[in-house]
Amino acid sequence: MNEAHAEDIKKHVRAYIGVFVALALLTVLTVFVSYLDFSRGGHITIALLIAVVKAGLVASYFMHLISEKKLIYGALILTVLLFAALMFLTLSSHMDQRGI
Amino acid sequence: MQIPYTSTARPDTGLYNAKLGVWLFLASEVMLFGALFSTYVLLRVGAAVWPHGADILNVPLATVNTMILIGSSVTMVMSWASLMMGKFGRFRLYMGVTILLGFMFLGIKSVEYGAKFEHHLYPGNSTFLAIYFALTGLHGLHVIGGMIVNAYLWVTGSRMWKSDPQRFTNRVEVAGLYWHFVDLVWIFLFPLLYLL
Repeated sequence: MNEAHAEDIKKHVRAYIGVFVALALLTVLTVFVSYLDFSRGGHITIALLIAVVKAGLVASYFMHLISEKKLIYGALILTVLLFAALMFLTLSSHMDQRGI
Repeated sequence: MQIPYTSTARPDTGLYNAKLGVWLFLASEVMLFGALFSTYVLLRVGAAVWPHGADILNVPLATVNTMILIGSSVTMVMSWASLMMGKFGRFRLYMGVTILLGFMFLGIKSVEYGAKFEHHLYPGNSTFLAIYFALTGLHGLHVIGGMIVNAYLWVTGSRMWKSDPQRFTNRVEVAGLYWHFVDLVWIFLFPLLYLL
């Protein structure tokens, strides 16, 4: 490995430590918030929001999605669309049953 | 037949083959867990009453387990970064810690399961427990699978470092992609099952 490359990796390592601290703090935050007095909808929104931020950090930095090739982005966009369709179908069947 | 593009990137995709392969596998994993997550949503919105996870499950233990899994993701990525810097000894250390943290996660999970069984709480008792055991059980199997791969890379698989260091580094990277995905799934399971 050449020196410039090794320097690059060292920068990555600093980012990994930062992400770890952020993930740990967000975990504490999500547990703390769960004890506060919000409506059920409020709790679900906040917990999912924190989970999405945490997942984004893991995917972007640990899985290097922040600087990945187009082909992988393409495959993941398709995955997100199919996942959304799966959720939509499930929820629409529920709404249909209730006549909403 | 030799597998092409294990060390270097394929010119048209810009990726070495294993990386694209693992990402496609992870896409299928999203749909596997997605099916169960949508089941959870359907069961929950359709239920007359839904228990608060914290009343049945052990939140402090699960919080510790979340920290353990996040920590193992860091040590996993550090094991790859060590190889990128040519430090094989560091790789052995970080990968060893990753495997150890995997054992700790499973140990705590089994304590949790044991406590449920002691109180005669089984998957058949309620819809909540059924989806709890299904989701965490499938996740636990994924942890075990990842640990087997990591253990292989830690012991016999690491011989490749001498013969083809780039290919070995790539193997550790894709094993890491899978391990981070397992962490990512837990990031959603923890609030959904324990906190909401």
